[in-house]
Amino acid sequence: MSAAVSARPGPAWTRLRRLVGLVVPVALLLAWWLGTRGNAYSLIPSPGDVVLALQDLAVGHEDDAFSGRLLAHLGASVGRVYGAFLLAAVVALPLGLLIGRLRLARELLDPLLQVLRPIPVTAWLPLSMILFGLGAKSAFFLVALGAFFPILLNTIFAVRSVEPRLFEAAAMLGVSQTRMFPRVVLPASLPGIFTGLRLGLGFGWVVIVVGEMTGVQTGLGAMIMDARQLSRTDIVVAGMVVIGAAGFLSDLAVQTLGRRLLRWSPAHG
Amino acid sequence: MAEALLEIRGLGKNYGAVEALRGAELAVARGEFVCLLGASGCGKSTLLRIVAGFETPTAGVVSFRGQAVNGPGPSRGMVFQDYGLFPWLTVRENVGFGPRARGMGRAEVAEIADRFVAMVGLQRFALSYPHQLSGGMKQRVAIARVLANDAELVLMDEPFGALDAMTRERLQDELLGVWQAQGLTVMFVTHSVEEAIVLADRVVVLSPGPGRIVAEERVDLARPRDVASPEFNAVRRRLAGMLHSDHGVVAAA
Repeated sequence: MSAAVSARPGPAWTRLRRLVGLVVPVALLLAWWLGTRGNAYSLIPSPGDVVLALQDLAVGHEDDAFSGRLLAHLGASVGRVYGAFLLAAVVALPLGLLIGRLRLARELLDPLLQVLRPIPVTAWLPLSMILFGLGAKSAFFLVALGAFFPILLNTIFAVRSVEPRLFEAAAMLGVSQTRMFPRVVLPASLPGIFTGLRLGLGFGWVVIVVGEMTGVQTGLGAMIMDARQLSRTDIVVAGMVVIGAAGFLSDLAVQTLGRRLLRWSPAHG
Repeated sequence: MAEALLEIRGLGKNYGAVEALRGAELAVARGEFVCLLGASGCGKSTLLRIVAGFETPTAGVVSFRGQAVNGPGPSRGMVFQDYGLFPWLTVRENVGFGPRARGMGRAEVAEIADRFVAMVGLQRFALSYPHQLSGGMKQRVAIARVLANDAELVLMDEPFGALDAMTRERLQDELLGVWQAQGLTVMFVTHSVEEAIVLADRVVVLSPGPGRIVAEERVDLARPRDVASPEFNAVRRRLAGMLHSDHGVVAAA
């Protein structure tokens, strides 16, 4: 082998390195399997139980309340997460741009936002059920609230941290003050805004179980709550796995989109 | 001297209690290459930024083509040390930014951008983004961007200060080439005595505390200038003496 080739890791090694992220999950899976083995009536299901539960949820050969209902639950949750995320984005983006750009808007709203921000979504649950009633509207509100703050705060930060030099450069090239927003502020803050959207969508998935504690009939959160009351921990864990996978795939899709749109940004391209 | 393109009278600038610039007087003729030379804190960048319209003076006036300067504009293009390129635009789009901002048609913008990208020799990188370029290439884009916008006066704030010595020399040569070919007027801020003598028709020496113009030196050496020649060294020695006269040191460079 030539020196140039041996100095770099070979393709086989690179491929192997990609698998390094699987080491810890496989070890944990093994520990889980060993810890639950031969303990048939434990409340902690074995990996095998969860696989069976997933299978039953998906194609339903066992015929209980959960059989074959996975797609309905998943569909309801996906709809809720994306719907609420869009609602949050529609409110948070313009508000963030305004607060980031206008001193008056910042002085008017920043104190309120700083107080509201640390309140966890769970704390809003009782109030939300009173305001929006039991069911879908309440769930929608809570998920939107979870997605709202990451989008808002990242948008404000992105707009405020546009390099002052870029305004000078645009001004000396003939951009008027009123055209600064579309020509400089918006494109320059796009990577930060995108990060906020990505975090917001991720938060939507985090909040979905709490959101669906409000008495909705379908949805992965509702399913987990039902299963909990029936002590069906295999279904609970299966639901957790599905939420994890759905959140992961949804983030992957957003990241791919970001790489496309933000090719110019060293942090995204 | 030809008609003065730029006239500066009694220019002063205070930042709070700090007097960054006091009583600056300067006239720049069309087609002239003027270097502002001085140590940090002498007000040379402040002077340039006031001419650009980024700062408002505390005292005095800047008039450009007989009109008082009040704010930045395309007639006075600025080249920054840190480039100030728009990271979301390609080389070609960066160069076409000014013409586009001023409302030219798509085809016209493309034609202008291509012409000036070619002038700085970056055709192969026309579709690259700034983060993919070296420092020297970024500064070429910044220069092309200002020229593509028909700047009559090119203001340069230590533009080659962040570049390695070899790239700096190449860009100095290229800049002189463009200046001669296009008949530009250039105001160039530097703290390097040698750079000032290589480039300028006239070197304006500034001194700190408070920042002010202390001397002027016309450089009549034929271009390209040989930095090792006795004539070059004579100018260098004189300028270094002016720079350091504050400290009572008559130093050879």
